[in-house]
Formats: sequence, C-alpha cells, structure tokens
Amino acid sequence: MSNSITGNEIIHKYLRHNKKFPHVLCAGCGHGIVLGTLIRSIHALEIPKDDVVIVAGIGCSGRLAVYVDFNTVHTTHGRALTFATGIKMANPKLNVIALMGDGDALSIGGNHLIHAARRNIGVTAMVLNNSIYGMTGGQSSPATPEGATTMTMPYGQLDKSFDTVELARGAGANYVARGTVFHVKKLEKIMTEAIARPGFSLVEAITPCHTQYGRKNKYKSPVEMYKWMKKAAIPVERYNELPEDKRKDRLPIGVFVERDRDGFEERYFNMKAEFLKQGAKGGK
Amino acid sequence: MARPKKRREIFALGNEAVVEGALLAGCSFYGGYPITPSSEIMEIMAARLPKTEDGVFIQLEDEIASMGAVIGASMAGRKALTATSGPGFSLMQENLGYAIMAEAPLVLVNVMRGGPSTGLPTSPAQGDVQQARWGTHGDHPIIVLSASNVQECLDMTITAFNMAEKYRTPVILLLDEVTSHTREKIEIPNEGEYEVFSRSVPSMPPEWYKPYEETVRGVPPMPPLGAGYRFHVTGLTHDRNGFPTQRPEEIVELMDRIHRKIDQFFYDIQLVDEIETEDADTVVIAYGSVARSAELAVQQARENGIKAGLLKLKTLFPFPRRHTEKVLAHAKTLIVPEMNMGQMSREVKRVNMGRASVRTINRIDGQIVTPAEILKVIMQG
Repeated sequence: MSNSITGNEIIHKYLRHNKKFPHVLCAGCGHGIVLGTLIRSIHALEIPKDDVVIVAGIGCSGRLAVYVDFNTVHTTHGRALTFATGIKMANPKLNVIALMGDGDALSIGGNHLIHAARRNIGVTAMVLNNSIYGMTGGQSSPATPEGATTMTMPYGQLDKSFDTVELARGAGANYVARGTVFHVKKLEKIMTEAIARPGFSLVEAITPCHTQYGRKNKYKSPVEMYKWMKKAAIPVERYNELPEDKRKDRLPIGVFVERDRDGFEERYFNMKAEFLKQGAKGGK
Repeated sequence: MARPKKRREIFALGNEAVVEGALLAGCSFYGGYPITPSSEIMEIMAARLPKTEDGVFIQLEDEIASMGAVIGASMAGRKALTATSGPGFSLMQENLGYAIMAEAPLVLVNVMRGGPSTGLPTSPAQGDVQQARWGTHGDHPIIVLSASNVQECLDMTITAFNMAEKYRTPVILLLDEVTSHTREKIEIPNEGEYEVFSRSVPSMPPEWYKPYEETVRGVPPMPPLGAGYRFHVTGLTHDRNGFPTQRPEEIVELMDRIHRKIDQFFYDIQLVDEIETEDADTVVIAYGSVARSAELAVQQARENGIKAGLLKLKTLFPFPRRHTEKVLAHAKTLIVPEMNMGQMSREVKRVNMGRASVRTINRIDGQIVTPAEILKVIMQG
C-alpha cells in the first residue's frame, strides 16, 4: 500500500513532541493499538492534521487524545459526542472523531450515543470496549459480561451486557463495525471506512484490560486475553451462518451496517443554502 | 449635521429581546433543549438562525448535550448561546465548569422559575442566584448578569456576549419569568450604536503558540479549531500547553490566572444603575423584575418626602461591592427585596458588616414583589 507508514514515521509525524511521556496506559493494554490504528487510518486517507479533531471522553480511552498531534479536546465523562456535535455543526469541514470507552459511551453517555446515531451527525465514534471501568479501578460497566467479577459486582455480574453494534444499528447509524486489537489489519480497514463515510459511523474496538478485568476473571496474563480474542472472534458473515447453539461465546467482527443517509450537518446546510438562494432572488 | 438615524421599534417579549441582542452581538450558534419559561428564545432562534448567513441551530437531546454542543461550537470559533430554566440549569452545571476550565466563551440564559425541582414552571422566582455563582463544583470565577425589563434583556445580552468574548469565560444571564414574558416596546440600536467585542486570536505562528499562556489581561488568545494551531484542551488542571499537570506551581498558576482575569476588571464587569442614591438614607438593592417594582416604590417614597434610592444590580457576580460601599457611606437602611428566601441579601450583609440595618423582603409563592410591599418597608424606615 502506497500510504503505509512506519512506526518511526508515526512517532515523528503524529505524536506530540512537547508532551511529557511516559503515557498512562498499563502493560498489555490494547488502547495504544487502537490509537496506532487510528493514526494509520488518518494517514491512509491523507487528511491534513489541522483538519482532524479528536474529541475524547473520560477514562483511559479519554487520555489517548493528549498524545497525538491533532486538534484534541478532552471533554467530560460521557459527553464527547455532544462536544463533537457542536464542533461538526460549527465547522462541517472538520473531520471529527470521538474516542470513548464502554462506560463512557454506553452508560453515562448512552443517551448522547443514540441521539448522535439517530441524527446521523457526521462524526466517527470509536468505542474502546474493555468491558470494565479501568481508570477508576475495575467497576462494572454496561459492557461487562454476565457473570464476570468486578469491584462493584464482586459476586458476579447480574445484568446482561449491552450489544454496542445492535444499539447503534437500531438508533440509525450510517456505518457500524466491530473489530479487535488482535485483528489489527481488519480494525484498520474498518476504521478507515468509518472515517471516510459521511454521517454517523461507529466502530467498536474490543481491547483488553488485564489490570482491572483480566486478572480478576481467570485470564492469567495479558497474553491470555489476546488469545481469547483470537479464539472468540469470527467474521460476521460466518457468524450468521452458525447455528444458534454454536454462537454462544463467539464474537462477530466486521461490518454490520452500511447505509447512505445524508449526515445531519449536510441536511442542515442544504436547507440553509436553499434559504440563501431564495434570499438572493429577493424572496423573504 | 445629519440627524441620528431613528431606531427600529418593536413590541417584544423579554425572550425575543434576548434573541435580538444575541444576533446583534454576532451570535451564530444556538444549541438547546426546550423548557418553560425560556422556550421562546429557542423557538425564535430556530426560525431565525437558518436564514442568517452563517447561523447554526440545533436541538439537542437534553441540557447536558446542549452545553456540550455550545462549548464545542465556541471552540470551533462561534459565538454561541443556550437558554434554559431551573431544572435544565442544574443539568448544565457540569459542563459549565468545563467551559470555565477550558476558557470557552459562551452565553447561558437562565430564565428563573419557582423551584426546587420542577417547582413552578410558569411562575417567576429568583431562586437560582447562588446556584449561578456556585452551582458547578470547585473554586471558580463566574460572571452573572441580570435584566429587569425587556429593553435590558436586549442590552444585557449584548453585554453578556461582549464579556464572554473579552474574558474568555461563560457568562450567565439570569432572567425571571416576569421579565421574559413581559411584552413591551423596545428600540433596536442601529449599527455603530453598540459595542461588539470578539475574542482575540493568536497572531504568532503556530509553533510559538501556547494555548494557556500568561498574558497581561490574563486572557490568552484563542484560535478556532482547525486554524492550524493544534493544541490540547482539557477539563483537567493543565499547564500552559494545555497538558494535564499535577505540579503545585502549575496548578496555582492556572487557578490564579483564571480568577485574576475576572478580578482585575471589576470596574468593567460590575454594572449597576444608581437611582436617587446620592443622598439616600434608605437604599433598596434589587435586580430583575423586582428592581422595577422597587423603582416605583422609591419614586413614591420620594413623593412622601423620604430620602430613598435604588441600587439596581445589573451584574450580580462578581458582586458589586464598591457600589454597595458607596451607598453605605450615608444609608442607614438597606432593603433587599427578592423572589427567594434571601440569596442576594447574604451578599449585601457580607459587605455591610453591620453598618446599616439590612431588611429583606422575600416572596417564594410564585408572585411578584409589588411596589406597595417595598414602599411599606421603606416607610417603616
């Protein structure tokens, strides 16, 4: 691929030189892989750095924004999509990408997620799903699997977890996909498609949190978590062919929804252009 | 000599006047969620903004999202407005704090209705005064303005935008249901008859720019997102580059600066009307629709030979201390009528420090404070 980029180029072109490292992420964390993938996607699409706005929520995923040399806005917990909506409407030329965790996007920000999808606002939402509240110390999130042990469900998670993909599909997103940090090439492909597509796109990236989730749930090391991803993940096309009883414990990945509805900002500015045309003709 | 151009006159609601003021001030973004008694502001913006050259209107899913969108728009370079009432104002508090920390200029109109909770949706109150000051968590400066009639709704909205832009801060305009829903004749100022201030943008090349650098006024220049100045914005305590910090000296520098940028400009920010206060023994201190009742009461007291005056507060916070000190030089009695249990009288008592006798009139029954009620207390001396 002509637009491929080396690790060195990522560091020198896309990471901030004046930001004090080291970063906040734990050993074995998958968030860095997501961030690398995101950078490669932006690079492949040849989007100038000035035109990219990364809007992040609160949590480990929210901290990613600070390291990359784009316009970066680290917002409040769950509200990244509200800021992103304002930015996109104020300047539709910007490529607005929201980085959120599972607790961020599905719990405290759940309402904003469904309305961003319904409105089909031209924002790319990245949900970094590690099944847990990592930064705050391992409490249950809406994506925590039933039965898992967490700090706030020490006797096992009682409730069912959210299916991010089905939620976004039902709410009306233009593009919905899921990938894992083990299947990096695939993640890069869907992320690139998601950013390129107008309207609201959502990519769920399954990423491990060994520190707060894995070690309390029988994954002896971070490697075990990556092995789980390798074993559980299955392309959605093949998943759909599986009989019902074989689907348990499998994680379909790939592209789930591709629609071509105009983004909200497009509809708004088209309406506006109509008014301005009428105005120019001397109408009211 | 050319005669001054006649001003356009309209017969408008307080809420309509807010829209007129916002558009004159250069507002080009409205994000909001409907709530009585502020909804007309949103409805009129919905009709007007799409027909202006660059205006954007969006209805959000709730007031939390409204504040988020308005801050986002502000960072993208827009002059942005939202309007709400009590319950919505409570929901906006978290992101209001973000706007203070990230120094995003915006105007938030809160039309006060009876509370707490759902309270009295269609009745006036002034119960959100201290919430406007301290509603969001943490130590923070804030500018809170008010208006007592429809013309002032227009004028103070322009002032609110100007202060927001000048000091890079959210400005709250506190109205009450009576002011918002009163319809009266107002004048729309002609171009050039009012000041419009826009935020300063950096003139240095991007590589020299530090987004939260110390400046003489304490207000760093602010480029719109996407203009070539790539920097980090966060609600975390941050250093001059905008990066999170936990270093005590950097924390203090930031906190000092965001306070100082407001505190050193009290002379510009604290606005009052002094009506017959020069020789007054009895001074009524009032704001919002109550100030209107107070004005009539003071006039009637003067007709009865009593040296009464009115200090009408147009800026509620930072509290106009100097103006209060000035009337305290001769006043023996201060009267603070309010549609709450005594929220602004706390500020007055704090400044008074026992010098004059402070009397309060408090209504919390969804009814206005009448001139007769205030006059009665003035006559008691």
